[in-house]
Amino acid sequence: MTVTLDDTAAPTQAPRRTRKTDWGKWFTWGVLAWLFAPITFMIAFSFNDIQGRHNVTWEGFTFKWYGGVFDHAELTQALLYTLAIGVLTMLIAGTIGSLLGLALGRHRFRGQGTTNLVMFAAICAPEVVLGAALLSLFLLVGIATGFMAILLAHVMFTVSFVAITVRARVITLDPNLEEAARDLGAGPWTTFRLVTLPMLLPAIMAGGLLAFALSIDDYIITSFVAGEVTTFPLWIWGATRVGIPPQVNVMGTLIFAVGVTLAVINVIVAKRRRS
Amino acid sequence: MHKNPLLRGMTQARYGRRDMLKFSAMAAAGYGLAACGVSGQKQKAVAEEDFWQGKKETGSLTFANWPLYIDPKRTQLKQFTKATGISVDYREDVQDIAAFAGKLQPQLANGDYTGYDLIVLTNGLELARFLALGYLAPLDHEQMPNFTKNLGQSYRDNSYDPGNKHTAPYASGITGIAYNPKYVDREITSIADLWDPKFKGKVGMMSDPQEIANFGLLLNGVEPAESTKKDWQAAADKLMKQRDDGIVRSYYAQDFVQPLTNGDVWLTMAWSGDIYQQNAEAGTDLKFVVPEEGATIWTDLMCIPTTSKAAVDSLKLIDFLYRPEIAAGLTEYITYIPPVPKAQDILRAQAQQASGAERKDLEQLVESPLVFPTDEDYSRLHNYVSIEPGKENSFTSVFHAVTQA
Amino acid sequence: MRRKLTPYLLALPGWAWLAMFFVVPIAGMVSLSLTSGNVITGFYQTFNVGNYLDAITLYSEQLVRSLLYGLGATLICIVIGYPAAYWIAFHGGKHKSTYLLLILLPFFVSFVLRTISWKFTLSDNGVVLGTLKSIGLLPADFAVLNTAPAVVLGLAYNFLPFMVLPIYAVLERMDHRVVEAAHDLYASKLQAFLRVVLPISLPGVFAGGLMTFIPTTADYVNASVLGGPGNTMIGSIVQTQYLVNNDYPIAAAITFVLMGVLLIGIFSYARALGTERVMEVQAK
Repeated sequence: MTVTLDDTAAPTQAPRRTRKTDWGKWFTWGVLAWLFAPITFMIAFSFNDIQGRHNVTWEGFTFKWYGGVFDHAELTQALLYTLAIGVLTMLIAGTIGSLLGLALGRHRFRGQGTTNLVMFAAICAPEVVLGAALLSLFLLVGIATGFMAILLAHVMFTVSFVAITVRARVITLDPNLEEAARDLGAGPWTTFRLVTLPMLLPAIMAGGLLAFALSIDDYIITSFVAGEVTTFPLWIWGATRVGIPPQVNVMGTLIFAVGVTLAVINVIVAKRRRS
Repeated sequence: MHKNPLLRGMTQARYGRRDMLKFSAMAAAGYGLAACGVSGQKQKAVAEEDFWQGKKETGSLTFANWPLYIDPKRTQLKQFTKATGISVDYREDVQDIAAFAGKLQPQLANGDYTGYDLIVLTNGLELARFLALGYLAPLDHEQMPNFTKNLGQSYRDNSYDPGNKHTAPYASGITGIAYNPKYVDREITSIADLWDPKFKGKVGMMSDPQEIANFGLLLNGVEPAESTKKDWQAAADKLMKQRDDGIVRSYYAQDFVQPLTNGDVWLTMAWSGDIYQQNAEAGTDLKFVVPEEGATIWTDLMCIPTTSKAAVDSLKLIDFLYRPEIAAGLTEYITYIPPVPKAQDILRAQAQQASGAERKDLEQLVESPLVFPTDEDYSRLHNYVSIEPGKENSFTSVFHAVTQA
Repeated sequence: MRRKLTPYLLALPGWAWLAMFFVVPIAGMVSLSLTSGNVITGFYQTFNVGNYLDAITLYSEQLVRSLLYGLGATLICIVIGYPAAYWIAFHGGKHKSTYLLLILLPFFVSFVLRTISWKFTLSDNGVVLGTLKSIGLLPADFAVLNTAPAVVLGLAYNFLPFMVLPIYAVLERMDHRVVEAAHDLYASKLQAFLRVVLPISLPGVFAGGLMTFIPTTADYVNASVLGGPGNTMIGSIVQTQYLVNNDYPIAAAITFVLMGVLLIGIFSYARALGTERVMEVQAK
């Protein structure tokens, strides 16, 4: 879901001023209200002063869950697993995917079409199929499920997203710049390091972040290969059975806040760069 | 320029028939590699002496249990660590017994470490399967003085694991009916009430085949332990009618308390301790009844997988939990039936010394028929249907057809 | 010589990973789907095609239901997503990116958590329904949770951005003067939309439809959390057979039946919309 957010859209013709109701606007805001409804609920109930273990009815305002956000050792452990797997996925898929994207975008080679097709299939295949297939392999070969299995799976289903993001950027690069560098006596490695890589960096970062986001969000594939490891989504899923502690809402809210902050920074930086 | 590299990339390439062929060729190549099966799942049975031979204490163990089956501070585990120096990594990973067993299955079949040194299984199909497959270590009763001394009589002559060779009870509970008097204006007394069209769309049932089977059988007046395939089908037909009449709101695993509290369901199949805890913690007034047709009693059992890396430590923890004062402390929080009868005396003594609200709570706990059932209560409780391992499918498929339609 | 090798070296790790953990596993699943046995005896290769027959006969109901739910969710996404994407692209002005960001923001919250939040939001006497009931707008026994509409709406909710983004991307890239030209040629607003905007935006709808229909059809989280009896989806069956019942052959067979059905769906969809042209437009 990477969208490079910026405002450089071709200037649309100024909408004619009419006094009619702007139904489109109302509609869009309605959609937004729908999208934010459960989030609002989640945030509000992170402040709920519950007595029992069911965080469903409003029982008073408190900040105490924010202070005790790490009180559930296992929940914290689950979050750490999720973050560790997310970061490792970002690094591994980011690297492998970028190389693949570079190869696909810059070079013509045998097997290119097949590679594209496999990547397309990997992106389109439903999660339950990917999870089931991986588990089948692990069963047949006798590989133990667990942390490594989750990592292998996450890199597998995110690497194509990274490759596609990077490829799209590579295609737009001006090859003359690299040629110029070579003309000035830079070797292939130096050219790559000083010219190609910096230009690709935004796309690589975007791809890596996308991999991270997909990884920490994943429930279905992970549930197939997790073995004894419980990640954040898996823990929440399990806890629904006995009542989700408000700490989950707090963590959800904090992750949401980090996302919002990153997005806002992204917008501001994009604006600055232009002006 | 295009704004969204991802979307563009995704829709950009064009694929021809040749690519498809290549893709199939690759898949076929992979097929050669995998044209084998999943080999036998059974592990060789180990003799008790052989298993414990050379096993040493490691100083730490990982314990898999149901969520919220101990207080959040893990008091009893801390006491254990203080007494023995062994640290416990306690994980609430058992959230659905069938799913938990299913998750461990491939690892145990491989003879791999599952990540757990000590696990909890309910006395049902999964336990029978694990015992048949030889996945559970034989317990060394000589190293378990508290266990041998304090285990309640009713647990000694059980049918799921004669002689308690591989299992030690953690707690027992009753599956009965819970209802919310805020919405239900009459007393609920029977399983038949769960079929009352008056409660259309407001009845919760359990999703576990063994749980739901028992209620269907008891409604038909069949003793679950003696039921036949025909009885199962008859029970399933009743359950399907209940579902198709729109009476069932949902099939729950362990998540019935919350909808019961906020009125999404008015009455539901429920586990005793959950209701008791909810009332104590959230001040609700939910009722729990053992229906007149009878109810189900189950026991959660601690077992050591043969691949455990800390078998000695696990054995010590099991035995530690059988100290009466420890069992009493645990019972006070989880409000399920302790396998240690002495816990009741200890809690009673504590109640006499306490005062005010604490005293009231403790007295309530000690007198609760759900935590300390009398013999008369026990006579109305039934075990799950027992099935020969490997033939579970003939039973579970009948009831999955009810819950997974 | 070295130069020729470069792309292969660059692509090698990616290839290896996708081959080992995507292509081979799918092949492995073919193999597994043809075995017989049970968990006690092990599963042996017998080329037992009967597993597929079982999969189809036992679970056709859930399969058809999943397709219908997936289709329903996709249509809702189009109906909701298209106007929103259209308005943002054409009338969002300088706040375009802000609107797009707002659409994406909820998805920073974990998928599972989002879905469970809906469950609490929609409870019979909860914040939404309880309020509406107390002011008499809804009858007291009205319920959303544990019904088919709840599942379909949940699916639509969770996958809406996959619809909005592709449509937005196409509309935003479109030369807006084309619409003006249509107006100059005396096309009414509706005609301009139907004859000019819609055809150009179809590739976006196609991409969005693909990215919504596939995951919603195979999803089981929404059905488990928001559904009730009679709302079980095929993904749930796959999950149960693999992870709970350890009945791998039938589980693998069901997975393939699901994949096959989805592929047929995608191809007929592509044919109906004319993929070739779709992809060409996208490539520009």
